[in-house]
Amino acid sequence: MDTYRCLNDTRKGLVETLIESWLFVAAMISAIAVGAILFFLIYFAWPIFHEDHLWKLLSWYWRPFQDQFGILPMVAGSVLLGISSMLLAYPMGIGVCCCVYGLGPRWLSGLTLMIVRIMTSVPTVVYGFVSVFLLVPFLREFFYHGSGFSWLAATLTLSLLVLPTVTLIVNAQFELFDPEIRLATTALGFSPIKQLIWVVIPASYKGLLAAAVLGFGRAVGDTIISLMVSGNSPQFPHSMLDSIRTLTAHVALVVSTEAGSMAYNSLFAAGIMLFGVSALVNGALRFIRAGSE
Amino acid sequence: MRRSLEKIIVILSYASSVMTIMIFSVFLWFLISRGYTTLNLKLLFGNVSPYGAIFKGIPVWDGVWPALVGTTFLVFISCAIAVPVGISAGIFLAEYATTSRWRSFINFAVDLLAGMPSIVMGLFGFAMIMLLRSSLLPEATTCLLLASICIALLVLPYLIRTTQAALETLPAALRLTGVSMGFTKWQNIFRVLLPYASRGILSGVILAIGRAAEDTAVILLTGVVANSGLPGSLTDKFEALPFSIYYLAAEHRTAEELNRGFGSALLLLILTAVLFQIAYWFHGRISKGSR
Repeated sequence: MDTYRCLNDTRKGLVETLIESWLFVAAMISAIAVGAILFFLIYFAWPIFHEDHLWKLLSWYWRPFQDQFGILPMVAGSVLLGISSMLLAYPMGIGVCCCVYGLGPRWLSGLTLMIVRIMTSVPTVVYGFVSVFLLVPFLREFFYHGSGFSWLAATLTLSLLVLPTVTLIVNAQFELFDPEIRLATTALGFSPIKQLIWVVIPASYKGLLAAAVLGFGRAVGDTIISLMVSGNSPQFPHSMLDSIRTLTAHVALVVSTEAGSMAYNSLFAAGIMLFGVSALVNGALRFIRAGSE
Repeated sequence: MRRSLEKIIVILSYASSVMTIMIFSVFLWFLISRGYTTLNLKLLFGNVSPYGAIFKGIPVWDGVWPALVGTTFLVFISCAIAVPVGISAGIFLAEYATTSRWRSFINFAVDLLAGMPSIVMGLFGFAMIMLLRSSLLPEATTCLLLASICIALLVLPYLIRTTQAALETLPAALRLTGVSMGFTKWQNIFRVLLPYASRGILSGVILAIGRAAEDTAVILLTGVVANSGLPGSLTDKFEALPFSIYYLAAEHRTAEELNRGFGSALLLLILTAVLFQIAYWFHGRISKGSR
């Protein structure tokens, strides 16, 4: 685009200048929106930093009617659920990519990739709905423990949501791999499995890292699945069959029940933490990408 | 040791593929087998005749028609806001943002917006209403317009990125031809580059429609309700398909309502699946064409 920069400046009329200013404004709207979101979150969360409010927030008990507004159970819930669903979805996603790269027969890998693409279009609320009526009753019958709405149910459902994210990123990275290197390694006598272990996976560790970070971000940022199937009790879980509540679900629940101003403080504190997580994920991705250039 | 590592990876890769296919088939089979019998006009209109509901405005209480209309309004209004802004921003990033500082600043903001959990977007809308209530408009409540604005912010990054990518992957010769014949920069973009990039941009718009139709977390905080009928104005509460699915999962009282939930879930799945596949198809044709 620099090639014709010298040509156009002389003939730029008023209309053209107006159009260019509009394009600039349109581009700035994203930045303004992010700024506004951050401003609103901080503005409404400001009372938190009053000392005794802060201590109330940093406790393990959420009992709004007894003046206890601890947010730590929800932080733990989000982190635990994010990690557990990634522990399931990440190896699975990489497994699918290995299968596609050449370990599995062509029909199997083609079918799997097609299904993974279709999975990206499934609304989260539909996953949640099916889980409530299929997975939750199954877990209840199978383990004879509680209602079935649990950390385990949310983990299984959420891993379906992040599986396509992981798979498509890693697969794109594997596909970038130069076909000539593939030929060369095959000629050297590497079987597909040896190529994967010794050449492809080590060379694409950046894509693997990016997939992990982005998948974790998606898992923590999801609201509807955890709201629908995790049971939503604000507690630290002692087993996978216990109910948990995530930060995102907490936001949705507090808004719908309106429990006074101190509850709203915790709402915006949760908002700031979620904003922080997405900013961190973004920063990490930039860091990973910057290293590759 | 090495042999067992290889074996483990081979088993893992087969198992993951087979598991993915199996789990998704069970999911789909369950939804279809429970939902397909309800996929008819009764799901939409309940006991009201379709003609009466559409043309005479007879309220529908036992069908998903109001939710479907609400979602359609939501999609239209949010796209009316987001599409012009998103495409313009994409053009700016691809063609005008030559100084790298602006470019990286705006890129950073778009990335942040794209990674934002949708519930935070909803919380933003909720906070706006809280501020309006305590200052200018004491009667302000969450409503269709507010939800549309927040959804517009949610889909904006998709539109920007697809427009930008569609323009940036055009062959360099195309950029030079128009200008060498005397077009100004904007004329060249508008008459030559945009028509060539239109497929890619369209795929972005369809993707944005799909995202706007399926998101539940944003509208949960910005004015969706379970029983409001059709929205009469921009400041009304509204119903939406994803929310009625969420609501019916928890609050169904009769077997009939539960069946309506299954029908709605299947309907929404078909809707988004078709939209996304069209978008991918457009996108696939571009990348094949440019190779």
